Amino acid sequence: MSMITPIERDEQLLVVEGLDKSFGPIGACRDVSFELRRGEILGIVGESGSGKTTLLRCISGQLEPTGGQVLFNSRRHGMHDIFALSEQDRRRIAREEWGYVHQNPRDGLRMRVSGGANVAEPLMMNGRRHYGEMREQSLNWFERVELDLGRIDNKPRTFSGGMQQRLQIARNLIHNPSLVFMDEPTGGLDVSVQARLLDLMRVLVREMGLAAIIVTHDIGVARLLADRLLVMKSGFVVEQGLTDQVLDDPQHGYTQLLVSSVLQI
Amino acid sequence: MNAPSNLPANRVYNYAYLDEQTKRMIRRSILKAIAIPGYQVPFGSREMPVPYGWGTGGIQVTASIIGPDDVYKCIDQGADDTTNAVSIRRFFARVADVATTEQTEEATIIQTRHRIPEAPLQEGQIMVYQVPQPEPLRGLEPRETETRAMHAYEEYGLQYLSLYESVAAYGRIAGGAGYPVLVDERYLMSPSPIPKFDNPKLHQSEALHLFGAGREKRIYAVPPHTDVRSLDFEDYPFEIQSWDEVCALCNCDSSYKDEVILDDDGNRMFVCSDSAYCGERRKQGHSGPLAGHALDQLDQPEDAE
Repeated sequence: MSMITPIERDEQLLVVEGLDKSFGPIGACRDVSFELRRGEILGIVGESGSGKTTLLRCISGQLEPTGGQVLFNSRRHGMHDIFALSEQDRRRIAREEWGYVHQNPRDGLRMRVSGGANVAEPLMMNGRRHYGEMREQSLNWFERVELDLGRIDNKPRTFSGGMQQRLQIARNLIHNPSLVFMDEPTGGLDVSVQARLLDLMRVLVREMGLAAIIVTHDIGVARLLADRLLVMKSGFVVEQGLTDQVLDDPQHGYTQLLVSSVLQI
Repeated sequence: MNAPSNLPANRVYNYAYLDEQTKRMIRRSILKAIAIPGYQVPFGSREMPVPYGWGTGGIQVTASIIGPDDVYKCIDQGADDTTNAVSIRRFFARVADVATTEQTEEATIIQTRHRIPEAPLQEGQIMVYQVPQPEPLRGLEPRETETRAMHAYEEYGLQYLSLYESVAAYGRIAGGAGYPVLVDERYLMSPSPIPKFDNPKLHQSEALHLFGAGREKRIYAVPPHTDVRSLDFEDYPFEIQSWDEVCALCNCDSSYKDEVILDDDGNRMFVCSDSAYCGERRKQGHSGPLAGHALDQLDQPEDAE
């Protein structure tokens, strides 16, 4: 693919060290450690209830971990534990440098305002005050995620599920983040829409040189998008490594089960 | 605690209706509100003898600051003679022994819902607003915890979303009333449902502006000589309403106008929404195209109760 730009992969972007999160007696994440470099895409796979989403919420600053550290290399603060920063600084990092794509687009979109306003919101949140420029950028992003430009002033509820998800992706990329969290971005979509969305995400993420953490229970999604893979079970990371390596030569019993349970057509 | 001693012997209520402890509590909130311009101070709103939505916040603020030497004016939609304005004015004439007036210049306390009077406000005057929804961000963010964080951290990007929607839909910033402002370049504030026509009057005003929201239990303030900026886009600057018509009764071309439908044949007239201002101009001899119309007779000043 000629559109792939060279990515600076040396620098660490996110380092998670010994992260624990328990809800009372329930240990949702236990001693999770990994690191992510700029431009790298990490897939987190695991069965339902294995702690994938909890992990994502902890490292995206929404949920404070019970133990361990989440270090993020931000423009303002350099490599710093995000939970040692003030809430104000943490919210600013989330606003300026992160995107968060929810499984259900209704959670990630403002359903009361138009699609164009949804896409332009991160720009306004980051201090842009010129309507014409923001409008132009929204239109540009509508085009990039293959949405009909004529629908820009329609409310998201008039969009199909796949269109809403593409809208959500545009909204999370427009402010040029360095890291995007995605929680089951293709869940709830039919297979053909899933394939187009995956293709779109692969192109966008590579073009922009973004780092992404994608939580999924779909091995296909992981295979297509992720550079590296983290396999979770009961809150533990049971296996991690390069995607192809993990999927072609699974070491842990659970990973073997996961890989062998994919239907072959 | 030092209520005036010249009370009528048959008074049923405490001076200015509220008990002294309540007034003290409200005054403390008012002082805090003045100290932090635009910040919404919570207060223990009381049951009032009118329903929520009829001005309970404004009435409580007025009751806490009023004294027997005050001259009180109350307007509703700019007019002194509407039902709600008349009954609130009578309420304070009765429970607080104050003189009432319709003249903006004479009043020391002006209670209002929808307008700031046309006559310029002076030093020493206090505007009291009856506020239905104190939180400007509420329409976009339903969570109180979240809007509080946004105020605390000065994250006001969200408010621009409503302006964006307005420009996208109408080609201009269309909001007519309750137009959001930034007070002293710090707190985002809803100026109650006054038309945006009146927003510039808040900027560097001589008077003190107090806002009371009874149902939402919030008080906030704009002290005199405070910067108040209406939000806008760089390419869509803030602008106020204007009319091609002059006032049909007093010929004024610069005031805020109400449109009055006259009959079923599409005839209409535009009149000043500020009835005291319009009446004063007519007394001075100004007359508009429909002078002498039946409506001209309706708002002759009557004796205050």
